[in-house]
Amino acid sequence: MQWLTTVSTWMIPLIILLVLIVGTIKQVPTYETFVEGGKEGIKMAVSLIPFLLGMMVAIAIFRASGAMEAVVGLFSPLLQLVGVPSDIVPLALVRPISGTAALGMTTEIIGTHGPDSFLGRLASTMQGSTDTTLYIITVYFGAVGIKRMGDALKVGLIADFIGIIASIIVVSIVFG
Amino acid sequence: MFNGTMADVNEELFQTADDAVMLSISLMSVLVFWLGLMKIAEKAGLLELLARLFRPLIKRLFPDIPDDHPAMGYILSNISANLFGLGNAATPMGIKAMEEMKKLQPDSDQASRSMITFLAINTSSVTLIPTTVIAIRMKYESIAPTEIVATTIVATLISTFGAILVDRFFYSLRERRIK
Repeated sequence: MQWLTTVSTWMIPLIILLVLIVGTIKQVPTYETFVEGGKEGIKMAVSLIPFLLGMMVAIAIFRASGAMEAVVGLFSPLLQLVGVPSDIVPLALVRPISGTAALGMTTEIIGTHGPDSFLGRLASTMQGSTDTTLYIITVYFGAVGIKRMGDALKVGLIADFIGIIASIIVVSIVFG
Repeated sequence: MFNGTMADVNEELFQTADDAVMLSISLMSVLVFWLGLMKIAEKAGLLELLARLFRPLIKRLFPDIPDDHPAMGYILSNISANLFGLGNAATPMGIKAMEEMKKLQPDSDQASRSMITFLAINTSSVTLIPTTVIAIRMKYESIAPTEIVATTIVATLISTFGAILVDRFFYSLRERRIK
């Protein structure tokens, strides 16, 4: 599995090299084009600020006020009923909402139960196989100024739920 | 009020507002870098090549995007970046893909069908190498830090496939409502 990490570290420099070589062969003015494209990035980052700030502050209040804990407590019995281990319930509920909180929980589960325990493997799989839906929706829609996002949130959250259940089933089968 | 956490809320509120600005600014560096590089790739015809290679697959997922539209190339580069765990490259390419899709409907602030499909694929996270998780497992001295790669890939495949199905389902609901 060592080769996986090697592939990851070589990937970016190789992509850069490839793009620059092909660009030079096709006689694209590489530096001017880079600057021109890069300029868009500044505008995008700035226009992201209000969207990100609004979403992150809302989540922070939700978390710091204890409301998140209350909601997690409310949903725990329901998730346990469908077979989610009780230690993993908070992670499953928080994963789509807050990336930092989820990463913290995963680290804690791995720390207390050990990385090679069932819970440690389950938390690892869950963390890796889904993404922070709320953050992605905010960033992608925010950057292009989409305010009515249709079914995107619903679809994203249902997909997260599928991912969580899939993680439990797959880890149970492979390591159970 | 009821939990006695108001002081925490106040502190957290402004701390997070600060974090959000810092995060946006730190996104600026990867945005400038990758968008600059991708512009070269676009002009050199690399994105078009990528789009042409995967056209049958991507055409089925995004039937509303016309052939040879630059959005295709950016969608594919976003998905490839995700696949190889290049998180910081995936976001700029994803945003750029959204921008190209927005150009197909310039006067609307409503998410299009293609945008929702694209978001569904992204939120279910198509990753092959969960680098962060492997790093945490190494830190806690796992005897096999990468043994979760296979389970992660299978779980990801299921959730991505599920996301596409759910997206299709909601799309057909919307269509029915219009009729």
